[in-house]
Amino acid sequence: MDTSRSYLEPSSFSKKLAATIIIVYTVITLIPISWMVMTSFKNVNSAISYPPEVFFEPSLEGYVNLFTNRSRQSQEYLDSLPPPENWYEELVRSREMVITGPSKFLGRYSNSMIIGFGSTFASVFLGALAAYAFSRFRVPLKDDLLFFILSTRMFPPIAVAVPIFIMYRKLGLGDTHLGMIILYTVVNLSLAVWLLKGFMDEIPKEYEEAAMIDGYSRLQAFFKVVLPQAMTGIAATAIFCMIFSWNEYAFAVLLTQFNAQTAPPFIPTIIGEGGLDWPAIGAGTTLFLLPVMIFTIILRKHLLRGITFGAVRK
Amino acid sequence: MSQIKIANLQKSFGDFTAVKNSNLTINDKEFFVLLGPSGCGKTTTLRMIAGLELPTSGEIYLGEEEVGMLRASERDIAFVFQLFALYPHMNVKNNLSFPLKMQGYSRSEIKTRVEEAAKLLRIDHILNSSISSLSGGDRQRVALGRALVRRPKAFLMDEPLGTLDAEFRELMCLELKKLHIDIGATTVYVTHDQLEAMSLADRIAVMDGGEILQADEPAVIYNKPATKFVASFIGSPGMNFINIDQGISNEQSTVNIEGTDFNIPKQYEISKSKKNSFGIRPENLSLTNEGGLKGSVFGVEYLGSRKIITVKTNFGEIKVKTNISTSVKINENVQVKPSNNNIIIFDGETDRSLKSEFMN
Repeated sequence: MDTSRSYLEPSSFSKKLAATIIIVYTVITLIPISWMVMTSFKNVNSAISYPPEVFFEPSLEGYVNLFTNRSRQSQEYLDSLPPPENWYEELVRSREMVITGPSKFLGRYSNSMIIGFGSTFASVFLGALAAYAFSRFRVPLKDDLLFFILSTRMFPPIAVAVPIFIMYRKLGLGDTHLGMIILYTVVNLSLAVWLLKGFMDEIPKEYEEAAMIDGYSRLQAFFKVVLPQAMTGIAATAIFCMIFSWNEYAFAVLLTQFNAQTAPPFIPTIIGEGGLDWPAIGAGTTLFLLPVMIFTIILRKHLLRGITFGAVRK
Repeated sequence: MSQIKIANLQKSFGDFTAVKNSNLTINDKEFFVLLGPSGCGKTTTLRMIAGLELPTSGEIYLGEEEVGMLRASERDIAFVFQLFALYPHMNVKNNLSFPLKMQGYSRSEIKTRVEEAAKLLRIDHILNSSISSLSGGDRQRVALGRALVRRPKAFLMDEPLGTLDAEFRELMCLELKKLHIDIGATTVYVTHDQLEAMSLADRIAVMDGGEILQADEPAVIYNKPATKFVASFIGSPGMNFINIDQGISNEQSTVNIEGTDFNIPKQYEISKSKKNSFGIRPENLSLTNEGGLKGSVFGVEYLGSRKIITVKTNFGEIKVKTNISTSVKINENVQVKPSNNNIIIFDGETDRSLKSEFMN
């Protein structure tokens, strides 16, 4: 019998089994994503060829089409033009088209950035303050208030779309960045308060008491001592909030058209000439995926427990 | 450094009164211990002195200044927490300089002070370590250091040795006492461990149920306890009590228990009750063959230098501390007799000790 390991530790067979399951699951989840990334590097024809091409000659046509507006021209007209100035003009002309200007994608993309990060910051900041208050102070009707905050998530947010649409029109918040930031913050805030309250409860109150004894006000103690220790919770909450506001589609379709339209309602409108421009859509979704991915990777190290471990003996 | 005085201090949480009408004066440079079982109000009292709780009524004076309603940050006191509360996201050096940064000291002044405190506590070699890599004893030293750098008016400590293991506790106890002698700071120390209190304190206040029962030097607390609770809480084992169903009159010098007359110190006070207690410490009792209280041996504890023999009598179990050579068997019939006159009569109604020749 193998006596070199503790009975509490999983056997090497179950470890291998777990690893296999994880690998299979990862591959299954990654297939659509890698297909999307591959599509973005195909040209229009290879994107729809049957049987599907796994090995293909990469092309940046999808990305060029995503960022530009083009119009189809006759061969005589194209011949009359001066030679193309750069590689993407050349690529477009080889498809018998000319670039008429930049597309709206960059604008929509930056709207998504402003609204996504703006509402994430607001949700986490307000959520942290509220969670701290709920965790430390004697708030009258604390349990009822917390339940009320949670109850705002008991129906799908889109259920209140009509009243919000009317309110936003009256208030002039429709199709504005501020309006969308407020809306996403409201939806995310209940999640943020509940998640962060759990983390705040875990932080012993002795830390801020020590800071207050050391001459700091409660607010200073909150920023200098409590927040750094709540980083794990803040990172997790920020990721959840970011994913929601980044991906939100229904309200974005309803409340934004030009000025503050985000990327999710815009991407489906990328339609090519005579058929769907799959490479451009693939390019759009690939670029759309990147910020949340990078954001999560950056915050990942804060998600790992262990920063506060051992500083207080419980 | 300064004197701390609390006057008529009271703290209630809803219906529960944690600290009742307390009065205390802690002298300048004194090592003062608040001692009591958990829930007796000692930590609440300390937290009120620190400013972490606001009193319901009463005053707290730090030196000449009344600070009862000031914030903790405005009181200039230092607090050492039971769980140390070292900031885990900072290294040792930053933990030590954190209180100084707030007070706007220059960079070089902070450096000197931190190094000075580190040297005093012998933690200068770990200044750049992270908190999580430190041992319990070193964490305790860093926590003391953070209190020390600021040179506050007073040090408040809430069971700072409570989480250390036995070996470290003894060591830190010695270090604390030495540190107190070196810097001569007014210190208020909360503990439930009477041995720790006895070995550290210049004076001890024993608390129970939110009240301060007695505040005096350790020897007085031990030998001349003011109440039955103090007598039983201090000492291991605590004082023995024998119920006597008789009143005590002035000048009385014997009591009759089970037909035997026992000498007691001459009493100077008349008892209010007819049911009083005869209190005597285990080391003031001895085993005898005749002329004592009859009983049988119930248990023998061997303590190395002494033995504690528990004798079952008609008055309950009585503990006798004897020297090592005494040999008795379980269930053997013995008699217990006072070996000297260090006997205290406690009034059955008030639980207070009566005045006598011994309790003058």
